[in-house]
Amino acid sequence: MSGPSDYQPQNAVLKWVERRLPIGGLIHSSFIAYPTPRNLNYWWTFGAILSMMLAVQIITGIVLAMHYTPHVDMAFKSVEGIMRDVNYGWLLRYMHSNGASMFFIAVYVHMFRGLYYGSYKEPREVLWILGVIIYLLMMATGFMGYVLPWGQMSFWGATVITNLFSAIPYVGDSIVTLLWGGYSVGNPTLNRFFSLHYLLPFVIAGVVVLHVWALHVVGQNNPAGVEPKTEKDTVPFTPYATIKDSFGMACFLIFFAWFLFYTPNFLGDPDNYVPANPGVTPAHIVPEWYYLPFYAILRSIPSKLGGVIAMFSAIIVLAFLPWLDGAKVRSARYRPLAKQFFWIFVVDCLLLGWLGAKPAEGVYVVAARILTAYYFFHFLILLPILSRVETARPVPNSIADDVLRKSGAKAVVSAVAILAVGGLALLGNVSSARAQGHEQPMPPGLSWSFAGPFGKFDQGQLQRGLKVYKEVCSACHSLNYVAFRNLADQGGPSYSEAQAEAFASEYKIKDGPNDQGDMFERPGRAADYFPAPFPNEQAARAANGGALPPDLSLMAKARGYDRGFPLFVFDLFRQFQEKGPNYIVAILTGYEDAPQGFTLPPGGNYNLYFPGHSIGMPKPLSDGQVTYDDGSPQTVQQYATDVAAFLMWTAEPKLESRKRLGLQVMLFLIILSGMLYFTKRKVWADAH
Amino acid sequence: MTTSTSAEPTRRDFLYVATGAVAAVGAVATAWPFISQMNPDASTVAAGAPIDVDLAPVAEGQAIKVFWRGKPIYIMNRSKKEVEEARAVPLSQLPDPQTDQSRVKEGHDQWLVVIGICTHLGCIPIAHQGDYDGFFCPCHGSQYDTSGRIRRGPAPANLPVPPYAFLTDTKIKIG
Ligand code: FES
Repeated sequence: MSGPSDYQPQNAVLKWVERRLPIGGLIHSSFIAYPTPRNLNYWWTFGAILSMMLAVQIITGIVLAMHYTPHVDMAFKSVEGIMRDVNYGWLLRYMHSNGASMFFIAVYVHMFRGLYYGSYKEPREVLWILGVIIYLLMMATGFMGYVLPWGQMSFWGATVITNLFSAIPYVGDSIVTLLWGGYSVGNPTLNRFFSLHYLLPFVIAGVVVLHVWALHVVGQNNPAGVEPKTEKDTVPFTPYATIKDSFGMACFLIFFAWFLFYTPNFLGDPDNYVPANPGVTPAHIVPEWYYLPFYAILRSIPSKLGGVIAMFSAIIVLAFLPWLDGAKVRSARYRPLAKQFFWIFVVDCLLLGWLGAKPAEGVYVVAARILTAYYFFHFLILLPILSRVETARPVPNSIADDVLRKSGAKAVVSAVAILAVGGLALLGNVSSARAQGHEQPMPPGLSWSFAGPFGKFDQGQLQRGLKVYKEVCSACHSLNYVAFRNLADQGGPSYSEAQAEAFASEYKIKDGPNDQGDMFERPGRAADYFPAPFPNEQAARAANGGALPPDLSLMAKARGYDRGFPLFVFDLFRQFQEKGPNYIVAILTGYEDAPQGFTLPPGGNYNLYFPGHSIGMPKPLSDGQVTYDDGSPQTVQQYATDVAAFLMWTAEPKLESRKRLGLQVMLFLIILSGMLYFTKRKVWADAH
Repeated sequence: MTTSTSAEPTRRDFLYVATGAVAAVGAVATAWPFISQMNPDASTVAAGAPIDVDLAPVAEGQAIKVFWRGKPIYIMNRSKKEVEEARAVPLSQLPDPQTDQSRVKEGHDQWLVVIGICTHLGCIPIAHQGDYDGFFCPCHGSQYDTSGRIRRGPAPANLPVPPYAFLTDTKIKIG
């Protein structure tokens, strides 16, 4: 793409093709001979990392679509089918859902890199604008993808985001109806979101081609911000950039694998493991973390239309950046003021993200307004003024000169530190946004056999937990996503297939219709699912004083609580994923007499750990209620712990294989990165 | 840009090849989950468990069709005449020689159980039709006899017999 290629194939077949379609020359000039500035630092590997993540998302997405059903009654179930039944389905889905977050982490690094080094400036304006378009498309794609599992956050996220368009005067409501294909978010909405979610990544890929094309016309920017002048300023893309990018990608994959295999739900919302319910809104509607700064901007404006305009302007303003910042010197390295304001801006964005996850009340609103004002001040006032008044330090004559000078390793280290701390603060407040209320004590942290990188289920505990479920919980709670055959699965309670079959045959399963058209009952088979205690929701409510006992299959992943700062940071590093089981034990053991002055609503029972303290379920467990054959203590605490462990298994049946595969992948990636690092050193030895 | 010669070319080459090999192993291993996911999932496998079929309602000369693993299974209660027809044919006249005895269970000679999928290209043959009283495939005209063996037409093989066993005289388990 950078001019006529001197590529001359030797092979006769290649020669024949090349004369008719010079694709070899195109690849050669774009990815082999392409001259790349020799002073690029590791921030420049994020372009390759982003291409890799786009490929990961497209490939896993195509595969997931083979198993997913875009229908309101089946979407949630089909996603659970992927997690439980499809070979490696859990891996593919976690890869896709965490991959989206990784994609955004990489794109934010890439964008801030561009901001710092002035990569948007003449002659790279079109390159930059294409990037802004890709970013917008990514946001739309990510949003629609989040809707597909059809959990509570999917449904309410879709409702809130589509309602943004109702702010448009006169035609707003019609546009929203048009988006929905109905009078509310429903099946037509889900279907079109699925269609568009499949389409948009290919549109992104198309714009990425334009982005890369534009890049190859104008050439890469570099940390010095001066254009290459002589041969000495550049190195050929292959092997120099290729190997450096490969090393960057391998390191990024280690980061990715940590989330994927050890904390796959850290960035997700527990509420999305609750099936969508159009009648109940979750207490805190929080978008995915990557939208939070814009969500904060939206909420900081006390007018519906104004908020929507501010939010979209916050993104659109980026497209005008090449003209807002008129400074001739590109790299902030030589702009002492711009450099400082860059970091202030980074902090501003991170804080906005933090506020986006906080409830929109009190001091948070004030802070969000100030930070929003600063966001626009930075682009619209500060940058234009700076570019006039700032005196830049002298820039190097050439890239070769820059390489000879001492590189700014210190700056890179501090930048990494700031980004890491800021990023963690942002991530962490996502979890803190899920606080169930403020007056609740935090459920005590228990030690679980399945915690940590080598965690495994305790089979005896799962068998006891199953007994507790069967004899106590199953009177009111269903276990819809668990089949009897699962009891014999690897990494579960480890019954034999015959035992699972025998367990199943104790249940009566409704089947039919038979040849006469009648429904009939037959003994359960291994392939059957645990039957629900009530035939339908209405019957369940009627039998439980109006309250619906929730399905327990996913309970251990569908409940969370605020761990607070700085615990959540450590949680990521020590792979803490056991909020759900802790919460379940806390609820089951948290029944107390209501304290003085607390009035229980009728039908309520006082529970220390339940949000609002009034729980519909009466104290379900008492000492000695379930007989254990293995000599374990027959206490409420023991019952609660066992059933919580059992429910962790029903929620995450592939936990053991996930952690086992994770270890293998981690070891492999560390070895690969090490080898790539030494290869890179060898390759670059001649270039420095 | 010319690459300067290294002092230790062999060691450098070894590193390059080893790194490439490790990366290639990773790429191949990564492909596996993406291929494996195409196989039947656990719920499909579980749903393919054996089924019991009650033969009592099937009168002589009748055939019923049941489904197992999504495949139609013909269960035919053959008349004396049909059994004799099948056994009278010399094996040398059959494109896919098999005795009728080898295609039924001993002591239950009147019961023919075959997978009702034409061995040509997978259409469902119609029972009790064609020149051999057995099955006739409407797609491209294959004809099977009363033992489900191919007699004429483009199909290359006899209708396959699924795994099954008699639990009692009037009950079989398929699968
Ligand atoms: S499919 Fe039966 S004859 Fe072709």
